[in-house]
Amino acid sequence: MGGENRLILRMPDAEYFPILVQVILGVSLAAVILTASHLLGQRAQKNRIKDTAYECGIPSEGQPRTRFSVKFYVTAMLFILFDIEVVFLIPWSLSFRDFVSAGIPILLPGLFFLGVLVLGLFYEVRKGSLDWEK
Amino acid sequence: MNATDILIRFGLGLIVIVVVMTVCMYSVLAERKVSSWIQGRLGPNRTSIPLLGNIPVIGRFLTRLGVFQPLADGGKFLFKEDVIPAHVNKVYFVLAPVIAFVPALVTISVVPFGAYIDAATGAARTVILANVDVGILLIFAVASLGVYAIILSGWASNSKYPFLGGVRASAQMISYELSMTLAVLPVFIWVNAPGTPGTLSLVRVVEAQADWWFVLTQPVAAVVFIIAIFAETNRLPFDMPESETDLVGGYHTEYSSFKFGFFFVGEYANMTVGACVIALLFFGGWHPLPFVTWGDIAAWTGLPVNVGALGAVLAVGTFAAKVLFFLFFFIWVRWTVPRFRYDQVMRIGWRGLLPVAIANLVIYAILIALLERAGA
Repeated sequence: MGGENRLILRMPDAEYFPILVQVILGVSLAAVILTASHLLGQRAQKNRIKDTAYECGIPSEGQPRTRFSVKFYVTAMLFILFDIEVVFLIPWSLSFRDFVSAGIPILLPGLFFLGVLVLGLFYEVRKGSLDWEK
Repeated sequence: MNATDILIRFGLGLIVIVVVMTVCMYSVLAERKVSSWIQGRLGPNRTSIPLLGNIPVIGRFLTRLGVFQPLADGGKFLFKEDVIPAHVNKVYFVLAPVIAFVPALVTISVVPFGAYIDAATGAARTVILANVDVGILLIFAVASLGVYAIILSGWASNSKYPFLGGVRASAQMISYELSMTLAVLPVFIWVNAPGTPGTLSLVRVVEAQADWWFVLTQPVAAVVFIIAIFAETNRLPFDMPESETDLVGGYHTEYSSFKFGFFFVGEYANMTVGACVIALLFFGGWHPLPFVTWGDIAAWTGLPVNVGALGAVLAVGTFAAKVLFFLFFFIWVRWTVPRFRYDQVMRIGWRGLLPVAIANLVIYAILIALLERAGA
């Protein structure tokens, strides 16, 4: 293996290489700009007010990270469930027309799968876990 | 692939980044100008630079148009004090704006800008950085990293308004991601015709729109997708994370200088990629009109409008015009429609958009199955 050979990428990797390039460029650009802004930026003396949380001039009271509604957790859990279902649907949609034209059943199993998804959504709506007004 | 190729790749990547950043800078200017026209104001019309601004008629005209304003904004971002308050979690506080900025530049690498026919070989070429099969999947995956920027900045700021903004925004973004993905599925069911290798490539989507654009065959999916993009890019009427009236600045309240600038640029870069994806998926990409491609025009007129450099310029120009229109559309909506309340946002997402997206998927799956049977 010579020095030249180490730079040779296999074809499938070569297709994805520009994405890596973009990640490298993006991160280094961000680093350069942040450093430049830190070095070139105006300097002013630190003071106590500058180090307090901004709340429109009113002195801050209580914990900055307060407890928040359980509905955010419920939403996050629901999202994970539904997102996994969506991930299953992507390969389903890619092979859909192939399977239909070959006579392999794909529509009804897919509808059953979606039916379970809709049933879950219906249950959540009836349970009121998506009611943000209350 | 040798060292020269790698250098060329880096050069092309840099050019695309420069173009995207310029589009971002000038969409900020467009935002301010369009808003001022809508509200009967003048907008930025004072900023001028030496030399260019002093040209007799043109310089004055450009100044009135605000062309030099983005340069002044950029300079201010760079030279203002970079405050890191004592109460923040420093590592995540610095990391968050970088995460907001980088994904938008990464997703642009799988966006095709146009296609032409090579004059020498007659082969079809695509103007794209990375022509990969997983196009739209990569865009969804990388773009959804943006939620980390918002939740991290909200949490690391250690302050009430950013925290509330961050929590609200993450719930909003994950809610609309579902509808966005579900709206795209019928398009890919149609694109993956029998006998072709399975693909999620955006190039293939545009090629499939040579006659019917998908906005004509799947209008509901297009509307759901556009609404979801508005929510994903946190644009009004869905700008919960920073709704000024109740959260001051939302998740970036504690940020200053270019760290704030990154959130700003990141939002506009996401908007640009969103506009690109809308144009590619539903509005025919670089095809000038429904049922008319540059290839058709070349066949009718006998002019080489789809070959070589001219073909590339015309295709990219058509695509750019569509993207600019959708950027204008984003701005237009922002200054026309009032903001939703948070419970309304969540109700629209879960009880409005999601059922519509699922129903749309079911109906198109049945329709396409029937068409496929009838054709077979």
